[in-house]
Amino acid sequence: MNRNFIAMLGIVTALLMVAALYMAFLYVPNEATQGIVQRIFYFHVPCAWVAFAGFGLVAIAGALYLWLGDQIWDDLGQAAAETGMVFCTLVLITGSIWAKPIWGVWWTWDSRLTTTLLLWLMYGGYLMLRAAADETPQSARVAAVLGIIAALDVPVVIVSVRLWRTIHPAVLVTRQGGHGLEDPRMVATLLVAMAAFTALFAWLLILRLATLRTRARLNRLTLEIALAEAGD
Amino acid sequence: MMENFGYLFAAYTIIFMVIFAYVMFIWRRQRRLEQEVAALERRLAELTGQSSKTRSAS
Repeated sequence: MNRNFIAMLGIVTALLMVAALYMAFLYVPNEATQGIVQRIFYFHVPCAWVAFAGFGLVAIAGALYLWLGDQIWDDLGQAAAETGMVFCTLVLITGSIWAKPIWGVWWTWDSRLTTTLLLWLMYGGYLMLRAAADETPQSARVAAVLGIIAALDVPVVIVSVRLWRTIHPAVLVTRQGGHGLEDPRMVATLLVAMAAFTALFAWLLILRLATLRTRARLNRLTLEIALAEAGD
Repeated sequence: MMENFGYLFAAYTIIFMVIFAYVMFIWRRQRRLEQEVAALERRLAELTGQSSKTRSAS
C-alpha cells in the first residue's frame, strides 16, 4: 500500500477524531434523563459499528480465501479479525462503564450484552487458533470457516433488542420505530464519530495488513535462502 | 449532572489508551519485521553473489 495514502488517511482520521471529540464534549447537549454519562454513546456506538464491519470483512475474506485460495484474503481476514477484536473489546468496556451509573451494575446478562460477549469470545478463539497453529493452507481454511461461522452472530447482536426482552437502549431505531436521538445535534455528533471511527478502522486495518504482508515476504526470503544454501 | 463525569472520563481515556497501544504494537512489529527482511535480503545477496562467483570460477 502506498505510504503517502496511509499517511493521508492517518491525518484525515486524526482531524475527524478531533472534530468528534469536540462535538461529543462541547457541542452536543446533555441527554435529559441520563445526563453527562450518555456522551459515552458517541464513541461506544461507532466502536460497535466498526467491530461489526470488521467481523463482516472476516467472513467475506474467508469466503474469498476458500473460493480463490489467494494468501491476500487470508491475511485480510486475520487483520480484520484482530482490528475488529480491538473495537469489540472497547464496546464491552465502554458499555460496562456506562451501565454502572445508569443500571447500577457493571454487567447484566441482557440479550444484547450476552450476544456481543459471545461474538468477542468466538473471535478470541479465532485469533488464538491463528496464533497457535502453523501457517499452513489447512489452518487458513479452518480459520476461514470459523471466521464465517462467528460472523453469523453479528446480525443476531443487531436484532437482539427487537427479538428478546432487553433493557439495552436502542440508539438508532427504537422498538417503537423512531430513533433514540431526538436532538439533531446528537445525530450530527454520532455521524461525525461514525466517520472518524470508520477512518480509524480503515487506517488500522491497512497498517496491520502491511505487517502481515511483510511477514509473508520474510517467509519467502527464508525459503529462498534455504534453497540457495542447499544449492551451494 | 456532573457527578458521573468520572465514568465519562474513564471511558474516553480507555478508548484512546487501547487504540494507542494497538498502534504501538503494529508499529513495533512492522519495524522488527522490516529489519529482519533487510537482514535476510543482505544474506540472500551474499549467497547469490557467492554462487555466481563459484560458477564463474569453475
